[in-house]
Amino acid sequence: MTDNKLINLVNISKSYGDTIVLDDLNLYIRENEFLTLLGPSGCGKTTTLRILGGFETPNQGKVIFQGKDISKLAPNERPLNTVFQKYALFNHMTISENIAFGLKIKKKSKEYIKDKIKYALKLVNLEGFENRMPDSLSGGQQQRIAIARAIVNEPKVLLLDEPLGALDLKLRQDMQYELIRLKNELGITFVYVTHDQEEALTMSDTIVVMNQGYIQQIGSPEDIYNEPTNAFVADFIGDSNIIPSIMVDDKLVNILGANFPCVDTGFGKNKPVDVVIRPEDIDLVMPEEGIIRGVVTSLIFKGVHYEMDVMANGREWLVHSTDLSPVGSEVGIWVDPFDIQIMNKPESEDEEAAEIVE
Amino acid sequence: MVKKFIGRFYVGLILLFLYAPIFILIILSFNKSKSRSKWGGFTLHWYRELFQNEDIMRALYTTLLIAFLSALIATIIGTAAALAINSMKRIPRTILLGITNIPMLNADIVTGISLMLIFIAMRYTLGFSSVLISHITFNIPYVILSVMPKLKQLNPHTFEAALDLGATPVYAFFKVIFPDILSGVISGFFLAFTMSLDDFVITHFTKGPEINTLSTKIYTEVRKGIKPEMYALSTLLFVSVLLLLIIINRKNASKRGLSDKKSIVLMNQ
Amino acid sequence: MKGMIIMNNKNKLLSITEKRANNSMKIGSKNGIKLLSFPYIIWMIGFIVLPLILILYYGLTNKSGEFTLSNIALITDPINRKALLLALELSLISTIICLLLAYPLSMILSKNAKNSNSFVVLIIILPMWMNFLLRTIAWQNILEKTGILNTILKFLHLPTLNIINTPTAIVLGMVYNFLPFMILPIYNVLSKIDKDVVNAARDLGANGFQTFMKIIFPLSIPGVISGITMVFVPSLTTFVISTILGGSKLVLIGNVIEQQFRLGNWNTGSGLSLVLMVFIFMSMAILSKYDKESEGSQIW
Repeated sequence: MTDNKLINLVNISKSYGDTIVLDDLNLYIRENEFLTLLGPSGCGKTTTLRILGGFETPNQGKVIFQGKDISKLAPNERPLNTVFQKYALFNHMTISENIAFGLKIKKKSKEYIKDKIKYALKLVNLEGFENRMPDSLSGGQQQRIAIARAIVNEPKVLLLDEPLGALDLKLRQDMQYELIRLKNELGITFVYVTHDQEEALTMSDTIVVMNQGYIQQIGSPEDIYNEPTNAFVADFIGDSNIIPSIMVDDKLVNILGANFPCVDTGFGKNKPVDVVIRPEDIDLVMPEEGIIRGVVTSLIFKGVHYEMDVMANGREWLVHSTDLSPVGSEVGIWVDPFDIQIMNKPESEDEEAAEIVE
Repeated sequence: MVKKFIGRFYVGLILLFLYAPIFILIILSFNKSKSRSKWGGFTLHWYRELFQNEDIMRALYTTLLIAFLSALIATIIGTAAALAINSMKRIPRTILLGITNIPMLNADIVTGISLMLIFIAMRYTLGFSSVLISHITFNIPYVILSVMPKLKQLNPHTFEAALDLGATPVYAFFKVIFPDILSGVISGFFLAFTMSLDDFVITHFTKGPEINTLSTKIYTEVRKGIKPEMYALSTLLFVSVLLLLIIINRKNASKRGLSDKKSIVLMNQ
Repeated sequence: MKGMIIMNNKNKLLSITEKRANNSMKIGSKNGIKLLSFPYIIWMIGFIVLPLILILYYGLTNKSGEFTLSNIALITDPINRKALLLALELSLISTIICLLLAYPLSMILSKNAKNSNSFVVLIIILPMWMNFLLRTIAWQNILEKTGILNTILKFLHLPTLNIINTPTAIVLGMVYNFLPFMILPIYNVLSKIDKDVVNAARDLGANGFQTFMKIIFPLSIPGVISGITMVFVPSLTTFVISTILGGSKLVLIGNVIEQQFRLGNWNTGSGLSLVLMVFIFMSMAILSKYDKESEGSQIW
């Protein structure tokens, strides 16, 4: 992944009637990166993707591709290809004809097309499906054909609009690995849209978290997960405990009346902040060893870990642990200073939009 | 935006083409002069005459009565048939549905003639009842085809659930199945009513000398010149249907209106 | 009116029989339920099957009941042959005109927002609620020598047209009466095409024309077939339109058959009807070849 900025979205705004969907969005996408637009329904991620593909025109702003302004170009003139959410296969054509569609438009030779179809089907593990019809295929197979149809055109960028949404869990997980493998084999840029944060964390090089038309945070999966910049991101990605607290001083924060050492500085003295602690970062210890004390109120076995609710200092804390503490037992809560993430409370209008909509 | 303008213009032309004759008929119904192309002044004379014209009123009565009765009987027979056909095996079902298809794909004239022949062969006098029977015959397929899709959409488990809770099959039918297919039954009825109302060819062959429906009455006057009362009548019928459809559409639109905006936004995210 | 229903009925029936046999819901005891179909079966046999057999009988026999093919051979009679050919010619022309007018209209209408869907259908169907005969007679008004069209042309100092009682008038009448039956099925099919499928074609490099030829038109063919069926058969067999707009000189096969029956010549009338039915059957067979996908479209 080079630092080369392949695509630049500049000051993109889009509204439908009175509803503002995107407000002054700025984003760049690097060559060969797997970038995911992540957010809840209605956050603007699909609209952004469609603006990239040319299926929507922004009310304001430009789309720059390799330095050239492609905002006015029709979809068929852009060097991008899209994999649609519901596959959008041509039901009246065979699989071969579907895959060959873009190549025939480009007037490639018959042998070239034949080779490409073979290559594409091999790439998505559907060899031999040339003469089948789309509606005789399962959802997962149709999805792979949709991908094959797009990549044979050797686009610089592949746009994927929640392609795995309609598949069951096991198939989805398999396809996620397939997509990563494809990207590495083809060496092209993937722009992926999803509302599934696990999916985003698994596949992406870069995640762009969006809400209500604004970008909340851009970063690698680890950055987004471990250091969310605001309450929305913290709540959207993974489970978390988000607690209003007071930053006493550098490296010291008062959570629910108890002082916890932490590692963040620069937030000021006695400032109200939001604190994020991941459930797996909470250690349940003997009551006297914890920073605060509490009682276990619920215990559920989740397979990979136990999920417990602990009532401590007036709040129910969510805890994930591979060790169990039975319901009713008294426990101590201890958190490594490094695992306490401090976030500013929202101030400006922009940040208001970032708040969790309860 | 030239494309849009041409598009709108074209749609306008077609609509003009479709509605021009209708407007002419409506205008003529208010025309003082009997002439069909000269305007003699506005009048409601023909509307008054209409209700005093025994012939036309009788034809109207016959038309409405036949439409209503044939639709009703066709609905009963057709709904029963749809239920039965739905639970048949492939082959008998294919045959029955195939034959159901025949009156609809066949030309009017052939259906009309064939029915006339059977009446005559059975030495059955042509009159009200022969028309009624004919209308029922071509109405039943429409009912079957309105009800069957509803039957298919039914959740098979609701019936079983009713049985599981202690209902007899008949009770379960009327409480569970029937309400679900009711919309299909009703639209089948209205369809049949409409088909019957507008029919000319089949009625023409099976009516005999005594009775007339509106369509056949009009046909007898084609050569002589249509009485303006007919224009008045058809204007009234048209306007009442128009009002009915507007009301129904408004009702449906207000139900959908609020959710439309939301769905547009969500769709595009 | 009929065509609207026939359009989706034909396709629904075929799809019902071909695909869903296994998914039908079995309500109650099998024998009990099937009894419900008896009234219909009896009715069907009596009033659909037997009547057709009668036509077959009368068509193949003469007045004394002896077997003969002369009734059918009547079609070779110059007047009858002319009537059939004229009917074929005019109905084909009408069907083509309907197709050419309806397709662009359906494309324009299907591009609009989803909310206007039922409104569009309503507007197109509404003229059908005026009595069929009166609508045709209205055209008589318009096209007459002293009719409304000529009145307007005179007013504009343009030469008057003599359209009434010509084949043109008949074609006009056919197109007018059956155009909605071509518009609705095509509109239905076009509005059901997934917008993303069109987007996918554009995404893969196709321009507007290529997208239409390779994607939109092929996917709309079931609707086109429905429309053609709904226009061609009624046009071919009409006698009302030719009577009202064609005058007594222009005779279509429908007129011939109607005349025969009016005069009491059931044998000859039936013979000619059999010939007509063969034509109808043939055109259905040809059309069903193109309609591979028997998934019809619903009006409501």
